[in-house]
Amino acid sequence: MRITLKNLKRSYGQLHAVNDVSLSIPSNTIFGIIGKSGAGKSTLVRLVSLLEKPDSGEVYYDDKRVDNLSKNELMMRRRHIGMIFQNFNLFSSRNCAQNIAYPMEINGYKPEEIKSRVHELLSLVDLEGRENARISTLSGGQKQRVAIARALSCRPDILFCDEATSALDPQTTSSILDLIKDIQKRMSLTVVMITHQMEVVRDTCKEVAVLNDGEVVEQGKVADIFSNPQNPVTKDFLSRLLGHDERTSRVYQWSHQKGSYVLRFPGNVTDQPIISQLSRKYGVDFNLRAGGVQVVDGEEIGTMMVDILSPDETVVPSILKDLRAQGVIVEDHHGS
Amino acid sequence: MGAKLWILVGQATWQTLVMVFFSTLFSLILGLPLGILLTVTSPEDQGGISPRPVMNNIIGRIVNVLRSFPFIILMILLFPLARLILGTSIGTAATIVPLSIAAAPFVARVIESALKEVDPGVIQAARAMGSTNSQIVFKVMIPEAMPSLVSGVTLTIINLIGYSAMAGAIGGGGLGDLAIRYGYQRFRGDVMFVSVVVILVLVEVIQMIGNRIAAKMMAKR
Repeated sequence: MRITLKNLKRSYGQLHAVNDVSLSIPSNTIFGIIGKSGAGKSTLVRLVSLLEKPDSGEVYYDDKRVDNLSKNELMMRRRHIGMIFQNFNLFSSRNCAQNIAYPMEINGYKPEEIKSRVHELLSLVDLEGRENARISTLSGGQKQRVAIARALSCRPDILFCDEATSALDPQTTSSILDLIKDIQKRMSLTVVMITHQMEVVRDTCKEVAVLNDGEVVEQGKVADIFSNPQNPVTKDFLSRLLGHDERTSRVYQWSHQKGSYVLRFPGNVTDQPIISQLSRKYGVDFNLRAGGVQVVDGEEIGTMMVDILSPDETVVPSILKDLRAQGVIVEDHHGS
Repeated sequence: MGAKLWILVGQATWQTLVMVFFSTLFSLILGLPLGILLTVTSPEDQGGISPRPVMNNIIGRIVNVLRSFPFIILMILLFPLARLILGTSIGTAATIVPLSIAAAPFVARVIESALKEVDPGVIQAARAMGSTNSQIVFKVMIPEAMPSLVSGVTLTIINLIGYSAMAGAIGGGGLGDLAIRYGYQRFRGDVMFVSVVVILVLVEVIQMIGNRIAAKMMAKR
């Protein structure tokens, strides 16, 4: 199922929660929408999942316009949309199996059918034999697994994940993300991941849109955006991911006079000793402040934050030129 | 206290139980739909799944007026209604009419507040799955709110025991009536004492049962 958004707008009083968003979400893939809190993610997901109507603009599933469906059509359409949430939103009055059964009950499945499908779904999410478990006895990760099983019970064609891992610890997060990736492949789902965590995007998504103040400020393939971010908001997300935001960088920065540069080494460039070669060639010192290699969508991207220490300032531009010539993407934070 | 008086106490207790049982039943029949209506028609940010501001306002006002009415006056006003339904305005059966109507708005508010406690996220999830409004109410909100609903009903029963004692004073029979006629008007302190003790025991037992049921429900979650 391909999802197309055209000029979506939604405001609450003076606040333009979603301001003219157009996006094309390809079929059969995991698409990320990342933004800080208050960026308009929640509103956007409510619009795309048809829980709320836009003030203006259009939503298409494949070629069918869906934002203007009648009440009944909407209800029927929602039965083929899966959705999982940050707080799981499971029914506490129902046990594990009964939670998973709910969408099938309202969809008129027969009891035998429900029973076998619940069994099947529980094994899909690695919770075999937990039919009768009370929700309060489950861990956060297990709750999200039940929620995933519930979301998939009526074989949806779209799965929305609204901050689905934000309440989970890092290990559980990655196991849930692996599960979502696995399910996406098996069921050929279109998955839309709404998150504020860049690592979620890095580990699962093929494409991403960065949302800020209700607008899409950057979008594209995750590998491209990681290696060459354009918008300050995106750069900020990436820097947090590397753990060298301003707070931590102050710890390592011993030279206040020299500027700092962010160097990104996409793909094939990662393997070469570029820094030490340049250091020898120009007789300068690189002060490494932070760095690491990440695997994004199967591609390695190295990032370093450096100071270039040289008695002769004029060589710095030629060093940057050399770096760029070798395929390194250089961000100049000099003086900022 | 002689055997005759003990028999009177027994009869009065039975009358009280009958009044409380039926008025609880009828006040639930009247109050439950009202409470549900108050919840679903409330604004969206208060958990309303089908906001109807005007309707919500009107029902809310009626409920408030009925609730703030002094019970004893409401009873007198409702005598004609009891006569219309039962042909009489005196006796245990007749008292059930004003008792039910007096308790219904209370029940409506109790139900409303229990239903509004349901996690809005859970309701949103049910909506996202394509539930109809009635499925949300009956398959999600009511089951989710069950422990607080039980506590609410317990509270209603206890209130009705109190009301029924008052109703006794104007011809309803029951323990309140006994306490006033024998205990107060004939200076039988012992009858007064016994009547009050029986009422206290009733309240205590019902509170205990209600708490147990609610606790059992919570333990199953």
